[in-house]
Amino acid sequence: MSEHVHRDDFGARLGMWLFLVTEIVLFGGLFIGYSYMRYKYPVDFHHGGAELNATLGVINTVVLLTSSLTVVLAIVAIQRAEKKRAMAFLSTTLVLGVTFLIIKSFEWAAKFHHGLYPSAPHLATLPPGEQVFFGLYFTMTGLHGLHVIAGLSVLSVMLWWVATDRIRPDRYIHLENSGLYWHLVDVIWIFLLPLFYLAA
Amino acid sequence: MSEHADLNTVQQPEHPAEHPGYGTFIKVWVALLILTAGLVGMSHVSQTYAVWGLLTMTPLKAGLVFYFFMHLKYEGPLLKIVILVTLGTLLIFFALLFSDVAFH
Repeated sequence: MSEHVHRDDFGARLGMWLFLVTEIVLFGGLFIGYSYMRYKYPVDFHHGGAELNATLGVINTVVLLTSSLTVVLAIVAIQRAEKKRAMAFLSTTLVLGVTFLIIKSFEWAAKFHHGLYPSAPHLATLPPGEQVFFGLYFTMTGLHGLHVIAGLSVLSVMLWWVATDRIRPDRYIHLENSGLYWHLVDVIWIFLLPLFYLAA
Repeated sequence: MSEHADLNTVQQPEHPAEHPGYGTFIKVWVALLILTAGLVGMSHVSQTYAVWGLLTMTPLKAGLVFYFFMHLKYEGPLLKIVILVTLGTLLIFFALLFSDVAFH
């Protein structure tokens, strides 16, 4: 019992934020590339945006925003020692994250069906600006999708740790840091919605 | 928005300032949904409105997530500076690119 355990929750959060900074710069570079290309091909980007399903984009935005809320509520629940409620919030987050991916897969499947996928023969017949638009669309939503999968994996572990009391009211930094990651995934999507789905 | 947070902390005196309650975050979520609706609405009006919506509401939404959901409101100055320096760096790159593009 008297064994000294070193803990530095602020250091852990700072480390997580520094990692998130690299993520912000990664996506930031892509956003800057997008801006230049949209400036160069405004009409083609308009046409490209018209091909996307804005309704699905908006639904997925609501899904991710809500999943962000449930993560942060799970942290409040843990702080208040409401374990069952925390697990319910985290489970809801996981369900919402999977829902996001399912909607995304339907959307991508429809694009593939219309001959719109990276290196597709049909894509090569489109104007250069539209090719760039779909290149950026698949790169950025694809990279974002990988982040959703990573976030869901980490949050699944968090749910397990809450269930097994490894995350407790006096020790929940892992849950906080996982939540930070999930919120950043949400923030990236907040930018992807108007850049692609509302571009038309 | 900070008034809501203050109200909330009053309700739970055992956790001053650093532990906001459920209500604060639910209000932020409602604000995010309203901003999303505004963004979608503006994109239907005209291209100019769509761009203005993109430039104002999107950073505002991201700001709300950073400030409340990511707890930056309750952090000290160091983390805030780290984020500001990052965003400032991106902004400089953005400005450099477009200052170059403008003279081509």
